[in-house]
Amino acid sequence: MEHKGPDGAAIRREIESLKATKADIESQISSLEARLRDMNLGTEAVSINGSCPLTSAVDVSLRHGLSPDMIHRYSRHLLLPSFGVEAQSNLLKASILVVGAGGLGSPALLYLASCGVGRLGIVDNDVVELNNMHRQIIHTEAYIGQPKVESAAEACRAVNSTIQIVKHKEALRTSNALKIMSQYDIVVDATDNAPSRYMISDCCVLLGKPLVSGAALGLEGQLTVYNYKGGPCYRCLFPTPPPTTACQRCSDSGVLGVVPGIIGCLQALEAIKIASSVGEPLSGRMLLFDALSARIRIVKIRGKSSECAACGETTRFTVEQFQNFDYEKFTQSPMVASPPKLNLLPQDSRISGIEYSKIVKDGEAHILVDVRPEHHFRIVSLPNSLNVPLSALENRVSEISLAMKEIEGQNGKGASLFVICRRGNDSQRAVQYLQKVGFTSAKDIVGGIEGWAGEVDPSFPAY
Amino acid sequence: MQLTVEFGGGLELLCDSVKIHSVNVDVPNGEEKLTMGDFLMWVSKNLIKERPEMFIKGDTVRPGVLVLVNDCDWELTGQLETTLEEQDVVVFISTLHGG
Repeated sequence: MEHKGPDGAAIRREIESLKATKADIESQISSLEARLRDMNLGTEAVSINGSCPLTSAVDVSLRHGLSPDMIHRYSRHLLLPSFGVEAQSNLLKASILVVGAGGLGSPALLYLASCGVGRLGIVDNDVVELNNMHRQIIHTEAYIGQPKVESAAEACRAVNSTIQIVKHKEALRTSNALKIMSQYDIVVDATDNAPSRYMISDCCVLLGKPLVSGAALGLEGQLTVYNYKGGPCYRCLFPTPPPTTACQRCSDSGVLGVVPGIIGCLQALEAIKIASSVGEPLSGRMLLFDALSARIRIVKIRGKSSECAACGETTRFTVEQFQNFDYEKFTQSPMVASPPKLNLLPQDSRISGIEYSKIVKDGEAHILVDVRPEHHFRIVSLPNSLNVPLSALENRVSEISLAMKEIEGQNGKGASLFVICRRGNDSQRAVQYLQKVGFTSAKDIVGGIEGWAGEVDPSFPAY
Repeated sequence: MQLTVEFGGGLELLCDSVKIHSVNVDVPNGEEKLTMGDFLMWVSKNLIKERPEMFIKGDTVRPGVLVLVNDCDWELTGQLETTLEEQDVVVFISTLHGG
């Protein structure tokens, strides 16, 4: 460059000239690359057609059943000395069923599809909802309101169009479980409730299939492999179902999205290990994951129980017993994760959201007690409501008396007492208690906050 | 005897949401050793603050709770008869069903 330096126009001219040269060189490169590709394709075409028996290198690769495309796609697996061609061929021949396309199933399905499981089945009967998106990463916003099975299958197809994907758009029940599960080598339990877990385990015992079982809630996850090469089944570990109050749901207790994600990934890993006959599956051991303390603990669990009702030597379940077994009754909880709808109060102790909205509009003197836990109340609440969580109601009933006295003092006449909760169950329990301790006219608002959002104020946030 | 107790899977909610407890437990009078049976009663008396039925049923843990002594299922070590030793780690974990 000269000391004086060229002016702006000269620099622009030089840039234009260099760009032209660059474009010319790039076009020459592309044309040479295309020629090279054509030459390579020519050789491959010959070897694939088998018309050139002397190209032995390609023949060898075909002997294990992996096509050139497969070799390219799965090359990073093939490069692993402990995995390699044999394990990949095993995977390509394997079939895996994932029950549930939710928080656990999302990453499990994506990894199983991408790694090349020959046939991948998906069972689910739900639709995609906005409040699934934070953890059910297989689904996209465009699928909200549509079946999860469709959304999940499409996402799997998008990452790997070469495998077979089977959609089972139905809820797994004793009536269809044997038929569906018998079509696969391995089952992944990615469901969200106790009765389904017992049913899937029992069915795996009947069919002799290994079961990769994962669960997650809040900030914790658990993982193990059941019914694998003489190992325990779910019933060996949990012969008696837990009380329903111990079976929390993500829709009630919450879950950090990444937690089921981690467990779902580990489920994919265990399924891949079993399908490819590589490594030591997590049978007879259980992995416990605690996200808050960043700790993973792997513990030794009991072996197969000889007295197990499902897999015991003399007590083995029959197909008929399985088909007639009432899993919802056994566990006292439903297979669909819908919340219960209690009816504890007589009609005259309840009012609808619409009726309550009229009371507010007419300015009638009243106190509204919201009995949800404090952290729920902080998400959203109705105006002028008093938060007394159900668990603390007994100790804090004086606060309600005080509020009632205050409002009655202001108005110089009686005031009504209404109770609301999230869905209208806890509010009934609260009214039962309040009526018992003297608030005889207390009423609950049917359907709670959720009902309010549905009937009265559609702009009210649902959670 | 110095022991560590851990609660998980939601059982920590029964003891003020504290997961890990470092405790000192005496061998019962007239006994030579501390068994899991003794310890279970000690835990439910001293650590469990609410809803004891979510932890204990009869003389053992309620269904759905796994008990681990030094990372091993107590079914393999003798359940209530398991003898505890200095510095042992006992874990009570409720099985999860969510997904």
